[in-house]
Amino acid sequence: MLDMAQKDSFRNGVHPPENKDETSALAIRRFPFAPVLIVPLSQHLGKPAIPVVREGQEVTRGQTIAKADGFMSVAMHAPASGLVKRIALAPTISGTMAPSVYLRPHPAASQEVDDGEPCDVAKASPDQIITAIQQAGIVGLGGAAFPTHVKLKAPEGKHLDILIINGVECEPYLTTDHRVMLEQSADIFMGIRYLLRATGSREAIIAVESNKPDAAKKLTESCPQGLPVTVRVCPVKYPQGAEKMVIKSLLDREVPSGGLPADVSTICVNVATTAEIGRLLPLGRGIQERVITIGGPGVGRKGNYRIPIGTTVRFALEKTDAAKNVSRVFLGGPMMGPAVSNLDIPITKGTSGITVFTTAESGTATGHQQIYPCIHCARCIESCALYLNPSHLGLLAKNEEYTQMADEFHLMDCFECGACSYVCPSHIPLVQYFRVAKNMVRKLSATA
Amino acid sequence: MSELKKFLEIGSSPHITSGDSVEVIMRNVVLALLPVCLFSVYSFGTAAALVLVTATLSCIGTEHFLCKMTGKASTIGDWSVAITGLLYGLTLPPDLPLWMVAVGGIFAVAVGKFVFGGLGSNAFNPALVGRAFMQAAFPQAMTHWAVPFGDTRFVDLPASTLAWPFAQPAYDAVTAATPLAAMKFDGIQAANRELLFGLSTGSVGETCAVLILLGGIYLIARRMMNWRIPMSIFTTVAVISWAFMLYDPVSYPTPAFMLFSGGLMLGALFMATDMVASPITNAGCWLYGFLIGVLVVVIRYWGGMPEGVMYAILLANAVSPHIDRFIQPRVFGTGKGAG
Repeated sequence: MLDMAQKDSFRNGVHPPENKDETSALAIRRFPFAPVLIVPLSQHLGKPAIPVVREGQEVTRGQTIAKADGFMSVAMHAPASGLVKRIALAPTISGTMAPSVYLRPHPAASQEVDDGEPCDVAKASPDQIITAIQQAGIVGLGGAAFPTHVKLKAPEGKHLDILIINGVECEPYLTTDHRVMLEQSADIFMGIRYLLRATGSREAIIAVESNKPDAAKKLTESCPQGLPVTVRVCPVKYPQGAEKMVIKSLLDREVPSGGLPADVSTICVNVATTAEIGRLLPLGRGIQERVITIGGPGVGRKGNYRIPIGTTVRFALEKTDAAKNVSRVFLGGPMMGPAVSNLDIPITKGTSGITVFTTAESGTATGHQQIYPCIHCARCIESCALYLNPSHLGLLAKNEEYTQMADEFHLMDCFECGACSYVCPSHIPLVQYFRVAKNMVRKLSATA
Repeated sequence: MSELKKFLEIGSSPHITSGDSVEVIMRNVVLALLPVCLFSVYSFGTAAALVLVTATLSCIGTEHFLCKMTGKASTIGDWSVAITGLLYGLTLPPDLPLWMVAVGGIFAVAVGKFVFGGLGSNAFNPALVGRAFMQAAFPQAMTHWAVPFGDTRFVDLPASTLAWPFAQPAYDAVTAATPLAAMKFDGIQAANRELLFGLSTGSVGETCAVLILLGGIYLIARRMMNWRIPMSIFTTVAVISWAFMLYDPVSYPTPAFMLFSGGLMLGALFMATDMVASPITNAGCWLYGFLIGVLVVVIRYWGGMPEGVMYAILLANAVSPHIDRFIQPRVFGTGKGAG
C-alpha cells in the first residue's frame, strides 16, 4: 500500500543541494579486498567486542573474530578469509587509537562466506531473534552505529506499536539506502518479518523521501501479501532522516526531550540495517561488509559499493580514482560526516559513505569564509528541527556557560545535524561550539 | 598510486554552507533602499542628494576611523554601516545644513554602534540613535521642512545646506508643514494619494510610502526581513487608530493616514526590523511590533511632538533583549508537544 497523500513534515529544517543524481542510478558493485583489512573492536556505541582469535590464526570470511561483551555490545566477523596479522592499536576517525584486528586476506581469497546457525523467522522466539541480531554484529547502518538488538527490547512498561523503517536518506551525496531499497527489497521485507516478530509491533511503515520515487514504487510493488507494511513518501527536507524527525513526519508524535522512540510507542530502524537482518539471519551470517556511496566532486569512479569492513579510506579512494586536488574527505555526507585527517582509518559498520571535496569547492566550504558577529537574523532558529535557539546557545558557548546551555536551553537534545551552521550568514561554527559544549557538560557531570 | 594529497583540510561538519552571508544580506538592504533614495532626490533635489551622501560618508568614515584607531581590521566591508548611513540620511530634513548631518552621522556610529561593540552588539538602531541626537541637539533645524518639487531644486541649493559649522543657518523663506504636523496642530488631514506617492513634505526618505513598501516586500521575499515586525506594527496602529476614529471622527485621523504619514513606513520596514536590535523569535517579533504600534499612537496622539516612530522604536529596542529572555521557542519534545 503506497500512501502519497502525506503532506505533513516536521517543522523547520533546511534544503541543502541533494547532489544524489550522479550515483543514485548506479547499481551496487563489489569492492575488491585491500591488502590489509583493519577491523576495530569497537565500531558501535557501547562496549568493545572481545577478540576470540589469536595473532597468526587463519580465519575464514564470515567467521566470528570477536564476541559481544555484555548486552551493549555486538560481535565482529572476519571480512575476508586470511591471516590475523596482529591485534593492535589502529587510528580511528575521532583521532584516537583503538584496538583492532589486522587481517591480511589471502591472495585471490574467494568471496564465499561461512554460514552459521540459521535463525528461522517462523520458529524463533523474539528473544532468540534479538540474540541472533546481536551475534550477527548488526548495528544502525545509517551512521549512528547503535546496536540494533538493544533498541528492539522495549523498556519496562513500554509497547513498541509501530515499526518505522527509515529509508529517508536526507544527507546530500549519499545514495546507499536508495540502492538497497531498489535492489534488496526482498531482504528488506524479510528483515521486517524478523523485526515485527522481535518487537511485537502490529505494523511497519517504510519512510521514503519524495526524491526516491522509484524506490517507493519498487517497495510498494514487491510488498508480500499479508505483511502489514505501508510505504509512505515524505517531502524532501533535511534532517528528516533523524529518528525524532521521521517519527514526527509520519505520525506527528514528538519523542520527549531526553527520551526514546519507545516513549511514543515506536521504534525506528534504518532500511539498510533491515535489509542486512533479512539477508544475514536466514543464513546465520554476520556483517562482514556494507554498502557505501563513494562520491563527491573529488572522486573519479563514483558509485555505490559493497565494501568489506576494515578497508582503509586510502585504498577505497585509490581504487575509485580520487582527484589530485583533494581538499577534504569525510565519512558520510557533508552535513554530518566527520572530516578524515588520516586516510589510513578503516571503514566501519557505521560508515555510510565517503564524500570527497576538491580545492574547487573550498569557496563554499565551511572554514573558508569570514566569521562575522551574530546579527540575530534568526535563520538558525528557523532551521532547527528541535526548536532550539542556536543563536543564544552560540553566545553562551562563547562565554563558556556550559551548564546554563544544558540546563536552560536543552543543549543535550542537539543531535548535531548541522542545519544551523549551514544557514548561518555570519558563518559561526555553531555545531562545533555545541560539540565542545556537550563534551564539557559530560565531563562536568562525570566529575560532579 | 599514492598520489593522494598529503595534507587534508579538517573541520567540523557541516562542510557546506547555504552561501548567504552577512555581507549579502546587508547589500540587499542597501539595494532595497535605493529606490527610496532616488525618489527623495527627485522630490527634494540636489540638497537631498547631498544630505544622503554626507550622512553615508560620515558614518562609513567614522566606523573605518574608529576601527583603525582601536587596532582592528576595518569592518566597513560588511556593508552594515552603509545601511546605517543611508537610513540616518533618510530620516533628516532635506535642507539640513551638511555640517550637522556629518555631526549626527559621527554620533550615530560612534555612540549608537561602536561603543556597544560594533555589528551584532548594538542595543539600539544606530541610525535612530543618530537621529535622536540630532533632535535633541538641533531641534529647530530638525523641524524645518522644505517644499518638495520646488522649481529650482536641481539648480539651486537651499541657503541652509552649505551653512558654516556652528553658525545660525539662514533658511529660505518658503517652508511647508509635514502631514503629521498639519494634522496635529491644524487638524488638516492629507489625502492618501499624497502620502502614498510622496507628494507631501517630510524627511528625505519618508514621503513615498509605495517605494518603501516595495523595498520591504523585496527583502521579505528574499527572506532577509522578518515580515512579522512590520505586519504587527501596521495591524496595531491600524486597529487602535480605527477605534479612535469611530469614537471621534473629527479629531482623530483615519487608519490609512496613520499608516502612510510620517516615518511609520520607513521605520516599521527598515528600522524596527534591524535584526540586531529586535527580538529573535517570531512570537517575540509580534510582541515587539505591538509595542511599537502602541507607542507610536500614544506619542502621536498625546505627546508633544507630531511624530513618534523614532522614540517608539528606540524604546522597543531597549525592551527587545527582555522579550528574548522571556519568549523562547518551545523545545521539541517538551511541554504540550511531548509524547
